[in-house]
Amino acid sequence: MNLLYGLAYLIGAPLIGGIVIGIDRKITARMQSRVGPPILQPFYDVLKLFEKENIVVARPQNFFVFAYVAFMALTGLMFFSGGDLLLAIFAMTLAEVFLVLGAYSANSPYSFIGAERELIQMMAFEPMILLYAAGMYLATGSFLVSSIAATSMPLILLLPGIFAGLLYVTTIKLRKSPFDLSATQHTHQELVQGVMTEFSGPTLGGIEIARWYETVLMLGFVYLFFGFSPLLAIAAIVLTYMFQIFMDNTYPRFKWSLVLKSSWLVAATLGMINILVLWLYFKGGL
Amino acid sequence: MAYLRKSPWMIHYDGSSCNGCDIEVIACLTPMYDVERFGIMNTGNPKHSDVLLITGSINEQNIEVVKNIYGQMPEPKVVVAIGICATTGGVFRECYNVMGGVGKILPVDVYVPGCAARPESIIDGVLKALSILEKKKKATKGLKVTK
Repeated sequence: MNLLYGLAYLIGAPLIGGIVIGIDRKITARMQSRVGPPILQPFYDVLKLFEKENIVVARPQNFFVFAYVAFMALTGLMFFSGGDLLLAIFAMTLAEVFLVLGAYSANSPYSFIGAERELIQMMAFEPMILLYAAGMYLATGSFLVSSIAATSMPLILLLPGIFAGLLYVTTIKLRKSPFDLSATQHTHQELVQGVMTEFSGPTLGGIEIARWYETVLMLGFVYLFFGFSPLLAIAAIVLTYMFQIFMDNTYPRFKWSLVLKSSWLVAATLGMINILVLWLYFKGGL
Repeated sequence: MAYLRKSPWMIHYDGSSCNGCDIEVIACLTPMYDVERFGIMNTGNPKHSDVLLITGSINEQNIEVVKNIYGQMPEPKVVVAIGICATTGGVFRECYNVMGGVGKILPVDVYVPGCAARPESIIDGVLKALSILEKKKKATKGLKVTK
């Protein structure tokens, strides 16, 4: 049954992710008082990219991007089939590392700096997401996604700090402004296209599909806080994504040091305090 | 098949333009005209682009740059020359350093004359280029079959 969810993710996540990003682009356009592209635009983009020529600068690039997409899909498969949360997080990091390697292998200054910034974004993202896993374990006594999702405890009340921290780093993970240092989806570019600069045609289409997987996975992370009530969870997921769109359109791009400092500060305060309080609570100290 | 038409990504290069046409190109991206409703995005990266928009004439110094940008774009691709300077060299065609229009060094698919070209005519020109883009795609597909 659990594996069925995982397989449903493998097939369904690109569809859902693409539509989510299509709605995102539409809402973004409306916020800027534009008409905006059709909701299905992300699918048109990717299908077009698969019709284009694949310019390969360095041959390893293809392998690295393939590994990136494969590991991103595998991460989601682990997560949605109720596997180990920590393992899923490590697999996600590995996927990102492959993207960075792909960008490095092209040996172009833009993708080089983009790759470096992608590494900085990973550094900013990792502590909070590990605290997220630790918090989930502390609250439910298990790293298994299936048992975390099945718990009747309202985890959001036990882990409000972790949730706030996750909201903060989700923006980094989705490469949304103010954290779109390594590459941006907006028309105002940064470093040409940063980490994406040297990928073209089908390779870029693959990266886009990985982004859809990633988006659904991040929304899956939000779901775990509301496992006790799926309806509430869906509402929370919608609100979370609306919050991301809002941030995306109201904040200018941060410098890398501010990204790193602020996200570690969020992890150290919101995340750590939440975990300490929870630990004392379970110890019977509070 | 028709996805090229639905998602043309563009790159804009300013040859030796007076900036008039550039402002009109940028105007196409603003809320007033909003070309993103056609799926057109300004990528600023030749490797992600399908349509090359060139404003201004070609001069002795930017020949290599223009050729380089064109060469880095993945097939199929189209070139749109915007404004009278990009079309023929315009008032600058007699200048000692100006070679003339974009047509002298690149295969231009659509010319959008005007000084400056109106955003409406630029959008019209780009959309016209899209049908050429599709034809080019079909032509390359035919070649692959014969191989």
